[in-house]
Amino acid sequence: MFWNHGIETLERSALESLQLQRLKSTVARVAGRVPFYQRQFAALGLEPNAVRSLTDLGRLPFTTNEDLRATYPDGLLAVERSDVLRLHTSSGTTGKPKALFFSAKDIDNAAELMARCLVMTGVTREDVLQNMMTYGLFTGALMMHYGAEKIGAMVIPAGPGNSDKQLLLMQDFGTTVIHVTPSYALYFADFIEKRGVDPRKDLKLRKAFIGAEPYTEETRGKIEAALGLDVYNSYGLSEMNGPGVAFECECKAGMHLWEDNYIIEIVNPRTGEPLPDGQTGELVLTTLCREAMPLLRYRTRDITSIIPSPCPCGRTHRRLNRITGRADDMLIVRGVNIYPQQVERVLMGLPAVGRNYLILLQGLDEMTVKVELAEGGFDGQVEHLVHLQSDIANRLRAEILTKPKVELVAPGTLPVSEGKAKRVIDTRAL
Amino acid sequence: MSAVKLVSVFAENKPGQLAKTTQVLARADINIRWVTIATTEGFGVIRFLVDQCDLAWQRLKQEGFTVSLTEVLAIEVADRPGGLHAVAECLGRNQINVENSSGFVSHNQAVLLIEVLNIDQARAILSEQHLRLLSQEEVMAV
Repeated sequence: MFWNHGIETLERSALESLQLQRLKSTVARVAGRVPFYQRQFAALGLEPNAVRSLTDLGRLPFTTNEDLRATYPDGLLAVERSDVLRLHTSSGTTGKPKALFFSAKDIDNAAELMARCLVMTGVTREDVLQNMMTYGLFTGALMMHYGAEKIGAMVIPAGPGNSDKQLLLMQDFGTTVIHVTPSYALYFADFIEKRGVDPRKDLKLRKAFIGAEPYTEETRGKIEAALGLDVYNSYGLSEMNGPGVAFECECKAGMHLWEDNYIIEIVNPRTGEPLPDGQTGELVLTTLCREAMPLLRYRTRDITSIIPSPCPCGRTHRRLNRITGRADDMLIVRGVNIYPQQVERVLMGLPAVGRNYLILLQGLDEMTVKVELAEGGFDGQVEHLVHLQSDIANRLRAEILTKPKVELVAPGTLPVSEGKAKRVIDTRAL
Repeated sequence: MSAVKLVSVFAENKPGQLAKTTQVLARADINIRWVTIATTEGFGVIRFLVDQCDLAWQRLKQEGFTVSLTEVLAIEVADRPGGLHAVAECLGRNQINVENSSGFVSHNQAVLLIEVLNIDQARAILSEQHLRLLSQEEVMAV
Protein backbone atom coordinates (compact mmCIF):
# COMPACT_ATOMS: atom_id res chain seq x y z
CA MET A 1 0.00 0.00 0.00
CA PHE A 2 1.19 3.49 -0.80
CA TRP A 3 0.58 6.80 0.94
CA ASN A 4 1.84 8.74 -2.04
CA HIS A 5 2.01 6.33 -4.96
CA GLY A 6 3.14 8.91 -7.50
CA ILE A 7 6.19 10.05 -5.58
CA GLU A 8 7.09 6.68 -4.15
CA THR A 9 7.22 5.05 -7.58
CA LEU A 10 8.49 8.08 -9.49
CA GLU A 11 10.67 6.90 -12.30
CA ARG A 12 14.39 7.54 -11.62
CA SER A 13 15.08 10.26 -14.14
CA ALA A 14 12.03 12.24 -12.98
CA LEU A 15 13.08 11.67 -9.38
CA GLU A 16 16.57 12.95 -10.12
CA SER A 17 15.20 16.00 -11.91
CA LEU A 18 13.09 16.71 -8.88
CA GLN A 19 16.16 16.30 -6.67
CA LEU A 20 18.15 18.72 -8.76
CA GLN A 21 15.41 21.31 -8.74
CA ARG A 22 15.08 21.06 -4.97
CA LEU A 23 18.84 21.06 -4.46
CA LYS A 24 19.24 24.27 -6.43
CA SER A 25 16.49 25.89 -4.45
CA THR A 26 17.99 24.71 -1.13
CA VAL A 27 21.45 25.95 -2.07
CA ALA A 28 20.03 29.32 -3.11
CA ARG A 29 18.11 29.49 0.14
CA VAL A 30 21.10 28.87 2.41
CA ALA A 31 23.39 31.03 0.30
CA GLY A 32 20.91 33.85 0.71
CA ARG A 33 20.12 33.47 4.41
CA VAL A 34 22.64 31.44 6.36
CA PRO A 35 25.93 33.22 7.13
CA PHE A 36 27.63 29.92 7.92
CA TYR A 37 26.99 28.59 4.42
CA GLN A 38 27.75 31.95 2.88
CA ARG A 39 31.20 31.81 4.48
CA GLN A 40 31.72 28.22 3.37
CA PHE A 41 30.84 29.04 -0.23
CA ALA A 42 32.99 32.16 -0.22
CA ALA A 43 35.97 30.21 1.12
CA LEU A 44 35.67 27.79 -1.79
CA GLY A 45 34.99 30.50 -4.33
CA LEU A 46 31.59 28.92 -5.01
CA GLU A 47 28.70 30.80 -6.51
CA PRO A 48 25.30 29.44 -5.41
CA ASN A 49 24.28 28.88 -9.02
CA ALA A 50 27.39 26.74 -9.47
CA VAL A 51 25.22 23.73 -8.71
CA ARG A 52 23.84 22.82 -12.12
CA SER A 53 23.76 19.05 -11.91
CA LEU A 54 23.59 16.46 -9.16
CA THR A 55 27.29 15.75 -9.58
CA ASP A 56 28.00 19.37 -8.62
CA LEU A 57 26.88 18.38 -5.12
CA GLY A 58 30.38 16.98 -4.66
CA ARG A 59 31.80 20.49 -4.96
CA LEU A 60 29.92 21.65 -1.87
CA PRO A 61 31.60 21.29 1.52
CA PHE A 62 30.39 18.83 4.13
CA THR A 63 28.45 19.91 7.20
CA THR A 64 29.66 18.16 10.34
CA ASN A 65 28.81 17.82 14.01
CA GLU A 66 31.54 20.35 14.76
CA ASP A 67 29.74 22.83 12.49
CA LEU A 68 26.51 22.31 14.40
CA ARG A 69 28.40 22.86 17.62
CA ALA A 70 30.15 25.97 16.32
CA THR A 71 26.90 27.53 15.10
CA TYR A 72 24.94 26.74 18.25
CA PRO A 73 22.29 27.89 19.02
CA ASP A 74 20.82 29.22 15.80
CA GLY A 75 23.64 29.88 13.35
CA LEU A 76 22.16 27.51 10.77
CA LEU A 77 18.66 28.95 10.90
CA ALA A 78 17.29 29.90 7.47
CA VAL A 79 14.03 31.48 8.62
CA GLU A 80 12.97 34.11 11.14
CA ARG A 81 12.85 32.80 14.72
CA SER A 82 9.14 33.57 14.78
CA ASP A 83 8.64 31.13 11.90
CA VAL A 84 10.10 28.29 13.91
CA LEU A 85 7.43 25.99 15.23
CA ARG A 86 9.54 23.54 17.13
CA LEU A 87 12.97 22.98 18.62
CA HIS A 88 14.43 19.53 19.11
CA THR A 89 17.89 18.83 20.48
CA SER A 90 20.31 15.99 20.04
CA SER A 91 23.37 15.03 22.09
CA GLY A 92 26.54 16.98 21.50
CA THR A 93 30.03 16.22 22.68
CA THR A 94 30.81 19.44 24.48
CA GLY A 95 28.06 20.24 26.93
CA LYS A 96 25.82 22.01 24.47
CA PRO A 97 23.36 19.87 22.54
CA LYS A 98 22.77 20.17 18.79
CA ALA A 99 19.85 22.50 18.08
CA LEU A 100 17.38 21.53 15.36
CA PHE A 101 14.70 23.93 14.24
CA PHE A 102 11.51 23.04 12.38
CA SER A 103 9.00 25.31 10.65
CA ALA A 104 5.32 24.42 10.31
CA LYS A 105 6.00 23.10 6.82
CA ASP A 106 8.94 21.02 8.14
CA ILE A 107 6.78 19.44 10.83
CA ASP A 108 4.03 18.61 8.39
CA ASN A 109 6.52 17.25 5.88
CA ALA A 110 8.13 15.06 8.51
CA ALA A 111 4.70 13.68 9.29
CA GLU A 112 4.15 13.03 5.57
CA LEU A 113 7.34 11.00 5.34
CA MET A 114 6.38 9.09 8.44
CA ALA A 115 2.94 8.44 6.96
CA ARG A 116 4.57 6.93 3.87
CA CYS A 117 6.60 4.64 6.13
CA LEU A 118 3.59 3.50 8.12
CA VAL A 119 1.39 2.82 5.11
CA MET A 120 4.30 1.06 3.43
CA THR A 121 4.21 -1.62 6.13
CA GLY A 122 0.45 -1.98 5.95
CA VAL A 123 -0.66 0.27 8.84
CA THR A 124 -4.13 1.81 8.43
CA ARG A 125 -6.50 4.11 10.33
CA GLU A 126 -7.89 0.98 12.00
CA ASP A 127 -4.60 0.37 13.79
CA VAL A 128 -3.75 1.28 17.37
CA LEU A 129 -0.15 2.46 17.66
CA GLN A 130 1.50 2.45 21.08
CA ASN A 131 4.44 4.81 20.96
CA MET A 132 6.98 3.41 23.45
CA MET A 133 9.80 5.79 22.53
CA THR A 134 10.81 8.68 24.77
CA TYR A 135 8.84 11.90 24.33
CA GLY A 136 10.58 15.17 25.13
CA LEU A 137 13.45 16.85 23.34
CA PHE A 138 14.09 13.71 21.32
CA THR A 139 12.52 13.48 17.86
CA GLY A 140 11.95 9.73 18.16
CA ALA A 141 8.51 9.73 19.72
CA LEU A 142 7.00 12.95 18.40
CA MET A 143 7.77 12.44 14.73
CA MET A 144 6.23 8.96 14.79
CA HIS A 145 3.30 10.37 16.74
CA TYR A 146 2.45 13.02 14.15
CA GLY A 147 2.90 10.57 11.29
CA ALA A 148 0.59 8.02 12.87
CA GLU A 149 -2.04 10.69 13.52
CA LYS A 150 -1.79 11.82 9.92
CA ILE A 151 -2.91 8.41 8.68
CA GLY A 152 -5.68 8.38 11.26
CA ALA A 153 -4.44 5.59 13.49
CA MET A 154 -5.19 5.79 17.20
CA VAL A 155 -2.01 6.81 18.96
CA ILE A 156 -1.21 5.91 22.56
CA PRO A 157 1.65 8.18 23.73
CA ALA A 158 2.89 5.67 26.30
CA GLY A 159 6.60 6.57 26.26
CA PRO A 160 9.07 3.94 27.47
CA GLY A 161 9.23 1.89 30.64
CA ASN A 162 6.56 1.00 33.20
CA SER A 163 5.98 -2.39 31.63
CA ASP A 164 2.91 -3.18 33.72
CA LYS A 165 1.21 -0.12 32.30
CA GLN A 166 2.34 -0.92 28.75
CA LEU A 167 0.80 -4.37 29.05
CA LEU A 168 -2.41 -2.99 30.49
CA LEU A 169 -2.76 -0.56 27.59
CA MET A 170 -2.17 -3.32 25.07
CA GLN A 171 -4.72 -5.57 26.73
CA ASP A 172 -7.41 -2.94 27.23
CA PHE A 173 -7.03 -0.94 24.03
CA GLY A 174 -6.03 -3.60 21.54
CA THR A 175 -2.66 -2.18 20.48
CA THR A 176 -1.70 -3.53 17.07
CA VAL A 177 1.51 -1.62 16.36
CA ILE A 178 4.38 -0.63 18.66
CA HIS A 179 7.29 1.80 18.17
CA VAL A 180 10.11 0.74 20.46
CA THR A 181 13.88 0.25 20.87
CA PRO A 182 15.25 -3.26 20.32
CA SER A 183 16.50 -3.51 23.90
CA TYR A 184 13.15 -2.61 25.39
CA ALA A 185 11.32 -4.90 22.96
CA LEU A 186 13.38 -7.85 24.20
CA TYR A 187 12.98 -6.83 27.80
CA PHE A 188 9.23 -6.43 27.39
CA ALA A 189 8.86 -9.81 25.67
CA ASP A 190 10.56 -11.42 28.63
CA PHE A 191 8.43 -9.39 31.04
CA ILE A 192 5.11 -10.52 29.58
CA GLU A 193 6.25 -14.11 29.39
CA LYS A 194 6.91 -14.04 33.13
CA ARG A 195 3.39 -12.70 33.59
CA GLY A 196 2.06 -15.71 31.71
CA VAL A 197 0.86 -13.63 28.78
CA ASP A 198 0.96 -15.25 25.33
CA PRO A 199 1.12 -12.36 22.87
CA ARG A 200 -0.32 -14.46 20.05
CA LYS A 201 -3.42 -15.37 22.06
CA ASP A 202 -3.78 -12.57 24.57
CA LEU A 203 -2.67 -9.51 22.59
CA LYS A 204 -3.40 -8.06 19.17
CA LEU A 205 0.12 -6.99 18.23
CA ARG A 206 0.87 -7.23 14.52
CA LYS A 207 3.85 -5.00 13.89
CA ALA A 208 6.80 -3.45 15.67
CA PHE A 209 8.81 -0.54 14.34
CA ILE A 210 12.23 -0.91 15.83
CA GLY A 211 14.91 1.73 15.69
CA ALA A 212 17.04 4.23 17.56
CA GLU A 213 19.67 1.56 18.30
CA PRO A 214 21.59 -0.67 15.90
CA TYR A 215 20.61 -4.32 16.06
CA THR A 216 21.13 -7.51 14.03
CA GLU A 217 18.88 -9.68 11.87
CA GLU A 218 19.18 -12.26 14.57
CA THR A 219 17.71 -9.87 17.10
CA ARG A 220 14.89 -9.07 14.71
CA GLY A 221 14.13 -12.79 14.58
CA LYS A 222 14.16 -13.04 18.38
CA ILE A 223 11.74 -10.15 18.79
CA GLU A 224 9.41 -11.51 16.09
CA ALA A 225 9.37 -14.95 17.67
CA ALA A 226 8.91 -13.63 21.19
CA LEU A 227 6.11 -11.15 20.45
CA GLY A 228 4.45 -12.89 17.51
CA LEU A 229 4.64 -9.93 15.17
CA ASP A 230 6.54 -8.51 12.18
CA VAL A 231 9.48 -6.25 12.92
CA TYR A 232 10.30 -3.44 10.52
CA ASN A 233 13.60 -1.63 10.71
CA SER A 234 13.46 2.15 11.02
CA TYR A 235 16.28 4.64 10.45
CA GLY A 236 16.41 8.27 11.26
CA LEU A 237 18.42 10.99 12.94
CA SER A 238 17.27 14.20 14.57
CA GLU A 239 19.30 16.26 12.14
CA MET A 240 17.16 14.82 9.34
CA ASN A 241 13.81 15.12 11.20
CA GLY A 242 14.12 11.96 13.24
CA PRO A 243 12.48 8.63 12.39
CA GLY A 244 10.95 8.44 8.94
CA VAL A 245 14.12 9.06 6.95
CA ALA A 246 14.32 5.44 5.86
CA PHE A 247 12.03 2.49 6.60
CA GLU A 248 11.46 -1.08 5.53
CA CYS A 249 8.54 -1.95 3.26
CA GLU A 250 6.59 -5.19 3.44
CA CYS A 251 9.56 -6.96 1.86
CA LYS A 252 11.63 -6.30 5.00
CA ALA A 253 14.84 -6.27 2.98
CA GLY A 254 16.49 -2.90 3.43
CA MET A 255 15.11 0.53 4.26
CA HIS A 256 13.73 2.81 1.54
CA LEU A 257 15.21 6.27 1.99
CA TRP A 258 12.99 9.06 0.65
CA GLU A 259 15.10 10.44 -2.15
CA ASP A 260 12.70 13.23 -3.01
CA ASN A 261 13.58 14.63 0.44
CA TYR A 262 17.24 13.66 0.79
CA ILE A 263 20.20 13.18 -1.47
CA ILE A 264 22.13 10.11 -0.40
CA GLU A 265 25.90 9.82 -0.61
CA ILE A 266 28.14 7.11 0.81
CA VAL A 267 31.69 8.32 1.46
CA ASN A 268 34.95 7.03 2.85
CA PRO A 269 34.72 8.08 6.52
CA ARG A 270 38.37 9.08 6.68
CA THR A 271 38.84 10.84 3.38
CA GLY A 272 35.31 11.95 2.44
CA GLU A 273 35.70 10.46 -1.07
CA PRO A 274 32.38 9.29 -2.53
CA LEU A 275 31.99 5.51 -2.84
CA PRO A 276 29.97 3.62 -5.47
CA ASP A 277 26.58 2.08 -4.64
CA GLY A 278 26.98 -1.18 -2.80
CA GLN A 279 30.17 -0.21 -0.96
CA THR A 280 30.03 0.34 2.79
CA GLY A 281 30.93 3.77 4.07
CA GLU A 282 29.62 6.81 5.88
CA LEU A 283 26.13 8.01 5.03
CA VAL A 284 25.99 11.67 3.99
CA LEU A 285 22.59 13.33 3.58
CA THR A 286 21.50 16.62 1.99
CA THR A 287 18.04 17.91 2.84
CA LEU A 288 15.87 18.93 -0.10
CA CYS A 289 12.66 20.06 1.57
CA ARG A 290 13.76 21.43 4.91
CA GLU A 291 12.88 25.07 5.35
CA ALA A 292 13.97 26.22 8.82
CA MET A 293 17.34 24.51 8.91
CA PRO A 294 18.49 22.95 5.67
CA LEU A 295 21.67 20.89 5.86
CA LEU A 296 24.05 20.30 2.98
CA ARG A 297 26.08 17.12 2.82
CA TYR A 298 25.65 16.33 6.50
CA ARG A 299 28.08 13.71 7.78
CA THR A 300 25.84 11.34 9.74
CA ARG A 301 28.78 9.19 10.98
CA ASP A 302 26.55 6.16 10.42
CA ILE A 303 28.19 3.34 8.46
CA THR A 304 26.04 1.57 5.90
CA SER A 305 25.66 0.86 2.18
CA ILE A 306 23.10 1.39 -0.56
CA ILE A 307 21.34 -1.64 -2.02
CA PRO A 308 21.70 -1.02 -5.75
CA SER A 309 19.01 -3.41 -7.01
CA PRO A 310 15.34 -2.39 -7.29
CA CYS A 311 12.89 -3.55 -4.65
CA PRO A 312 10.02 -5.88 -5.59
CA CYS A 313 7.59 -3.45 -3.95
CA GLY A 314 8.01 -1.13 -6.93
CA ARG A 315 9.30 1.87 -5.02
CA THR A 316 12.06 3.69 -6.85
CA HIS A 317 13.60 5.22 -3.72
CA ARG A 318 16.67 3.13 -3.01
CA ARG A 319 17.21 1.08 0.09
CA LEU A 320 19.86 1.32 2.79
CA ASN A 321 21.30 -1.70 4.53
CA ARG A 322 21.27 -1.99 8.28
CA ILE A 323 23.58 0.49 10.01
CA THR A 324 26.65 -1.50 10.98
CA GLY A 325 28.56 0.99 13.09
CA ARG A 326 29.74 4.56 13.66
CA ALA A 327 32.63 6.54 12.30
CA ASP A 328 32.98 8.29 15.67
CA ASP A 329 32.78 7.13 19.26
CA MET A 330 29.11 7.84 19.82
CA LEU A 331 27.19 5.12 21.66
CA ILE A 332 23.50 4.45 21.69
CA VAL A 333 22.11 3.09 24.96
CA ARG A 334 18.39 2.71 25.64
CA GLY A 335 17.80 4.62 22.42
CA VAL A 336 19.77 7.62 23.64
CA ASN A 337 22.90 9.00 21.94
CA ILE A 338 25.87 9.28 24.26
CA TYR A 339 29.40 10.49 23.63
CA PRO A 340 32.11 9.28 26.02
CA GLN A 341 33.31 12.90 26.14
CA GLN A 342 30.11 13.77 27.98
CA VAL A 343 30.99 11.32 30.73
CA GLU A 344 34.49 12.73 30.87
CA ARG A 345 33.21 16.26 31.26
CA VAL A 346 30.95 15.35 34.18
CA LEU A 347 33.83 13.60 35.97
CA MET A 348 36.17 16.52 35.39
CA GLY A 349 33.85 18.65 37.48
CA LEU A 350 34.26 16.39 40.53
CA PRO A 351 37.51 16.72 42.49
CA ALA A 352 36.96 13.47 44.37
CA VAL A 353 37.37 11.42 41.21
CA GLY A 354 40.14 11.19 38.69
CA ARG A 355 39.86 11.51 34.92
CA ASN A 356 40.10 7.82 34.25
CA TYR A 357 36.87 5.98 33.57
CA LEU A 358 35.51 2.98 31.68
CA ILE A 359 32.05 2.52 30.21
CA LEU A 360 30.78 -1.05 30.21
CA LEU A 361 27.74 -1.91 28.08
CA GLN A 362 26.31 -5.34 28.78
CA GLY A 363 23.21 -7.47 28.48
CA LEU A 364 20.44 -5.64 26.64
CA ASP A 365 20.92 -2.12 27.90
CA GLU A 366 22.96 -2.16 31.08
CA MET A 367 25.42 0.65 31.37
CA THR A 368 28.06 0.77 34.09
CA VAL A 369 30.59 3.55 34.43
CA LYS A 370 33.68 2.61 36.41
CA VAL A 371 35.36 5.66 37.86
CA GLU A 372 38.74 5.92 39.56
CA LEU A 373 38.89 7.75 42.85
CA ALA A 374 41.24 10.71 42.91
CA GLU A 375 44.27 10.54 45.18
CA GLY A 376 42.65 12.89 47.68
CA GLY A 377 39.11 11.60 47.21
CA PHE A 378 39.07 9.08 50.04
CA ASP A 379 38.48 10.08 53.65
CA GLY A 380 37.99 6.63 55.09
CA GLN A 381 34.20 6.82 55.20
CA VAL A 382 32.12 4.25 53.36
CA GLU A 383 29.04 6.47 53.52
CA HIS A 384 30.81 9.31 51.76
CA LEU A 385 31.83 6.98 48.97
CA VAL A 386 28.28 5.71 48.65
CA HIS A 387 27.03 9.30 48.39
CA LEU A 388 29.73 10.09 45.88
CA GLN A 389 28.76 7.12 43.77
CA SER A 390 25.14 8.18 43.83
CA ASP A 391 26.01 11.81 43.10
CA ILE A 392 28.04 10.79 40.06
CA ALA A 393 25.16 8.67 38.76
CA ASN A 394 22.75 11.59 39.13
CA ARG A 395 25.08 14.05 37.41
CA LEU A 396 25.65 11.62 34.58
CA ARG A 397 21.92 11.19 34.24
CA ALA A 398 21.47 14.93 33.93
CA GLU A 399 24.06 15.06 31.15
CA ILE A 400 23.46 11.91 29.12
CA LEU A 401 19.73 11.59 29.88
CA THR A 402 19.86 8.04 31.10
CA LYS A 403 21.09 6.77 34.47
CA PRO A 404 24.05 4.41 34.52
CA LYS A 405 25.28 2.26 37.38
CA VAL A 406 28.44 3.78 38.83
CA GLU A 407 31.29 1.78 40.37
CA LEU A 408 34.12 3.48 42.21
CA VAL A 409 37.50 1.82 41.84
CA ALA A 410 40.94 2.50 43.29
CA PRO A 411 43.20 4.94 41.42
CA GLY A 412 45.41 3.34 38.80
CA THR A 413 43.33 0.20 38.43
CA LEU A 414 41.60 0.92 35.14
CA PRO A 415 43.50 -0.10 32.03
CA VAL A 416 45.54 2.62 30.42
CA SER A 417 46.68 2.05 26.89
CA GLU A 418 49.32 3.68 24.77
CA GLY A 419 47.80 6.49 22.76
CA LYS A 420 44.05 6.77 22.83
CA ALA A 421 42.50 5.22 25.93
CA LYS A 422 39.87 2.55 25.34
CA ARG A 423 36.91 4.04 27.11
CA VAL A 424 34.13 1.67 26.13
CA ILE A 425 33.67 -2.09 26.32
CA ASP A 426 30.44 -3.06 24.56
CA THR A 427 29.36 -6.68 24.89
CA ARG A 428 25.65 -6.24 24.26
CA ALA A 429 23.97 -8.84 22.08
CA LEU A 430 21.52 -6.75 20.09
CA MET B 1 48.47 12.80 74.56
CA SER B 2 48.75 11.36 71.10
CA ALA B 3 45.57 11.02 69.10
CA VAL B 4 44.33 7.61 68.21
CA LYS B 5 44.20 7.14 64.48
CA LEU B 6 42.75 4.43 62.34
CA VAL B 7 44.21 3.54 58.97
CA SER B 8 41.44 3.24 56.37
CA VAL B 9 42.08 1.45 53.08
CA PHE B 10 39.79 1.51 50.05
CA ALA B 11 39.36 -1.88 48.40
CA GLU B 12 37.20 -3.34 45.67
CA ASN B 13 34.72 -5.89 46.94
CA LYS B 14 36.41 -9.03 45.65
CA PRO B 15 38.49 -11.89 47.10
CA GLY B 16 42.13 -11.27 47.92
CA GLN B 17 41.86 -7.59 48.70
CA LEU B 18 42.29 -8.01 52.45
CA ALA B 19 45.32 -10.26 51.95
CA LYS B 20 46.99 -7.71 49.70
CA THR B 21 46.66 -5.14 52.46
CA THR B 22 47.73 -7.36 55.35
CA GLN B 23 50.79 -8.48 53.41
CA VAL B 24 52.08 -4.90 53.37
CA LEU B 25 51.52 -4.54 57.09
CA ALA B 26 53.11 -7.89 57.87
CA ARG B 27 56.23 -7.10 55.85
CA ALA B 28 56.61 -3.80 57.69
CA ASP B 29 56.37 -5.61 61.00
CA ILE B 30 53.28 -3.66 61.97
CA ASN B 31 51.09 -5.02 64.74
CA ILE B 32 47.33 -4.88 64.28
CA ARG B 33 45.21 -4.31 67.36
CA TRP B 34 41.84 -4.33 65.72
CA VAL B 35 40.34 -4.48 62.24
CA THR B 36 36.93 -4.01 60.67
CA ILE B 37 35.61 -4.04 57.15
CA ALA B 38 32.59 -2.09 55.97
CA THR B 39 31.31 -3.00 52.51
CA THR B 40 28.78 -1.77 50.09
CA GLU B 41 28.07 -3.02 46.60
CA GLY B 42 31.27 -2.95 44.62
CA PHE B 43 33.72 -1.69 47.21
CA GLY B 44 34.58 -1.58 50.90
CA VAL B 45 36.76 0.16 53.43
CA ILE B 46 39.13 -1.79 55.66
CA ARG B 47 40.02 -0.06 58.89
CA PHE B 48 42.93 -0.96 61.10
CA LEU B 49 44.11 0.11 64.49
CA VAL B 50 47.88 -0.51 64.37
CA ASP B 51 50.87 0.24 66.52
CA GLN B 52 52.65 2.40 63.90
CA CYS B 53 49.93 4.16 61.95
CA ASP B 54 52.16 6.66 60.15
CA LEU B 55 54.44 3.89 58.91
CA ALA B 56 51.43 1.84 57.87
CA TRP B 57 50.02 4.79 55.93
CA GLN B 58 53.35 5.37 54.23
CA ARG B 59 53.95 1.75 53.24
CA LEU B 60 50.39 1.23 51.98
CA LYS B 61 50.57 4.42 49.97
CA GLN B 62 53.90 3.36 48.47
CA GLU B 63 52.36 0.08 47.38
CA GLY B 64 49.63 1.95 45.54
CA PHE B 65 46.77 1.65 48.02
CA THR B 66 44.21 4.37 48.57
CA VAL B 67 44.63 5.22 52.26
CA SER B 68 43.36 7.71 54.73
CA LEU B 69 43.96 8.32 58.42
CA THR B 70 40.90 8.88 60.59
CA GLU B 71 41.16 10.27 64.07
CA VAL B 72 39.00 8.61 66.71
CA LEU B 73 38.53 8.78 70.45
CA ALA B 74 39.39 5.73 72.55
CA ILE B 75 37.29 5.62 75.70
CA GLU B 76 38.18 3.33 78.58
CA VAL B 77 35.19 1.21 79.55
CA ALA B 78 34.86 -0.72 82.79
CA ASP B 79 34.93 -4.38 81.90
CA ARG B 80 31.80 -5.47 83.77
CA PRO B 81 28.05 -5.45 83.19
CA GLY B 82 26.89 -1.87 82.93
CA GLY B 83 30.31 -0.63 81.92
CA LEU B 84 29.39 0.18 78.33
CA HIS B 85 26.02 1.49 79.41
CA ALA B 86 27.67 4.10 81.59
CA VAL B 87 29.69 5.35 78.64
CA ALA B 88 26.78 5.24 76.23
CA GLU B 89 24.58 7.12 78.62
CA CYS B 90 27.22 9.77 79.01
CA LEU B 91 27.51 10.23 75.25
CA GLY B 92 23.73 10.48 74.88
CA ARG B 93 23.32 12.90 77.76
CA ASN B 94 25.95 15.18 76.27
CA GLN B 95 24.42 15.12 72.79
CA ILE B 96 27.46 13.50 71.26
CA ASN B 97 26.42 11.84 68.03
CA VAL B 98 28.55 8.82 67.22
CA GLU B 99 29.22 8.30 63.51
CA ASN B 100 30.97 4.96 63.77
CA SER B 101 32.00 2.94 66.74
CA SER B 102 33.56 -0.32 67.74
CA GLY B 103 34.54 -1.91 70.99
CA PHE B 104 36.93 -4.59 72.12
CA VAL B 105 38.21 -6.21 75.28
CA SER B 106 41.64 -7.42 76.30
CA HIS B 107 43.21 -8.45 79.61
CA ASN B 108 40.26 -7.21 81.64
CA GLN B 109 40.29 -3.84 80.00
CA ALA B 110 37.63 -2.68 77.57
CA VAL B 111 37.89 0.08 74.99
CA LEU B 112 35.26 1.83 72.92
CA LEU B 113 36.52 3.57 69.80
CA ILE B 114 34.22 6.32 68.57
CA GLU B 115 34.22 8.51 65.53
CA VAL B 116 32.47 11.87 65.81
CA LEU B 117 32.08 14.89 63.58
CA ASN B 118 33.63 17.35 65.99
CA ILE B 119 36.39 15.47 67.75
CA ASP B 120 37.80 18.36 69.78
CA GLN B 121 34.40 19.19 71.20
CA ALA B 122 33.73 15.59 72.08
CA ARG B 123 37.13 15.21 73.69
CA ALA B 124 36.53 18.27 75.87
CA ILE B 125 33.09 17.11 76.93
CA LEU B 126 34.14 13.58 77.73
CA SER B 127 37.17 14.69 79.75
CA GLU B 128 34.86 16.75 81.96
CA GLN B 129 32.66 13.71 82.46
CA HIS B 130 35.47 11.81 84.07
CA LEU B 131 35.75 9.28 81.32
CA ARG B 132 39.29 8.23 80.60
CA LEU B 133 40.43 8.78 77.04
CA LEU B 134 43.32 6.59 75.99
CA SER B 135 46.25 7.60 73.85
CA GLN B 136 47.48 5.62 70.88
CA GLU B 137 50.18 3.92 73.01
CA GLU B 138 47.73 3.10 75.76
CA VAL B 139 45.29 1.52 73.36
CA MET B 140 48.02 -0.65 71.90
CA ALA B 141 48.94 -1.78 75.41
CA VAL B 142 45.42 -2.83 76.36
